Amino acid sequence: MSEKKEIKEKEKEQRTVLKAAEMDPKFKYEVSKIPGAEKLMLCFQCGTCTADCPIARFSDSYRPRQILRMTQLGLKDMVLSSDQIWLCAACYTCVDHCPQDVEISSVLRALRNIAVREGYMPPVFKELSGAILETGLAYKIPELRLKRRQEAGLPQLPKANLESVSKLFNRTGFSKLVEKGGNSYA
Amino acid sequence: MPKLKYLLFLGCAIPYRELSYEISARKIAQKLGIELVEMPDHNCCGLPLDPANHNIMLALASRNLCIAEQQGLNIMTLCPGCAGTLRKVNKTLKEDKNLREIVNDYMKDVGLEFKGTIEVKHLMQILAEDVGLERIKEAVQRPLTKLSVAEHNGCHVVRPQKQIGFDDPENPKILKSLIEVTGAKCLDYMDETECCGAPVIGVNDKVPLSLARDKLSHVKAVNTQAIITVCPFCHMMFDTNQPRIERMFNEVYGIPVLHYPQLLGLAMGFTPEELALKELRVDASKLLGLI
Repeated sequence: MSEKKEIKEKEKEQRTVLKAAEMDPKFKYEVSKIPGAEKLMLCFQCGTCTADCPIARFSDSYRPRQILRMTQLGLKDMVLSSDQIWLCAACYTCVDHCPQDVEISSVLRALRNIAVREGYMPPVFKELSGAILETGLAYKIPELRLKRRQEAGLPQLPKANLESVSKLFNRTGFSKLVEKGGNSYA
Repeated sequence: MPKLKYLLFLGCAIPYRELSYEISARKIAQKLGIELVEMPDHNCCGLPLDPANHNIMLALASRNLCIAEQQGLNIMTLCPGCAGTLRKVNKTLKEDKNLREIVNDYMKDVGLEFKGTIEVKHLMQILAEDVGLERIKEAVQRPLTKLSVAEHNGCHVVRPQKQIGFDDPENPKILKSLIEVTGAKCLDYMDETECCGAPVIGVNDKVPLSLARDKLSHVKAVNTQAIITVCPFCHMMFDTNQPRIERMFNEVYGIPVLHYPQLLGLAMGFTPEELALKELRVDASKLLGLI
């Protein structure tokens, strides 16, 4: 799709009529209960977050201000199923700049956490989880790299207690979420 | 001066992709009299899973903090992601009794307890606060006066300001002053404080690569001879991904990206081999001609 066409499509999307019946008025309370997202309701749509967001500068679709408004309005399904919530780089520029002290990055994290619970999880998290359960680290370190460590005179990597790691995955309920959510992300 | 003895928390990205950062950091630490103790057991800091589930991040981060408490040592990290996560969780658990109870309930399952007895610092913070610029200056044997470089801080060393409380995120000066003690000139450029884009690369590559390219073009505009980073992820974006960005946008940059300890190590008189400069993706040999 050409860029012009893409922008036109976007505009069309933005003109979509929202029906009150499709909104979940309780959604904002659900989100603002999550640590870090408490001040969601204080967002007065000034747009500082979007203006200062490095990702928004290069993405046609990622607009933190919009996501916060959609969350306040209760457009739950639209927000949770969107690819956009996964684009926040958590650089925290918006958090440092928000005049209302809303932790926008944390609201995004809260939305992602709920999305995962609802079965939307980008496949990368299944990979990361698998590696952590298997090795303690988020990436499986290739043999070659371990050999290079030895050659360079670096100490061996500390071994993680994998039993403990696995216990924590179960205890927090995250194991179940990974099993459930791994394949349902579009 | 505080006792310079820390528990080294390596994290995941450095042993996976950025050995040259670890190699050079250990070299300069030794030279500055920083004693590094290996973590006896450690797992991922938790940050990569925070987007998926906040509680697993808390549990993984807390487990590392508890292990460090058992060793009775403050943590030093080389990765700002690990530093930011461990610092934030450490601070929150020290202040928030309710959350501490929840986390300690998790920790009980693995035979640990969070007590709140240690601190976490990134290498840059240790250099600036605990070692001090004066002492670093004394260790410089070969001032790099012919070099002009650009710094890239990395977000998690300084943001969110309220929770991290180090340097000024809007006008960061500490990495600049650490660069200047090596004798090199530190250049100003446009959008200096902007993110490298790395955290998004797992779900989308076009946006973060465009962001990194923007940064590369801004440092190129001021004729930098190198970019200096203190983060394995920023380093991957600018060094490992530089040829990819060049292909994607049909442009040529050829800007070497050095880990700060490599720059300082050169000024201390270490050889390029000792600092693993050969492991950089973008060739730095032109730069070495100026030393």
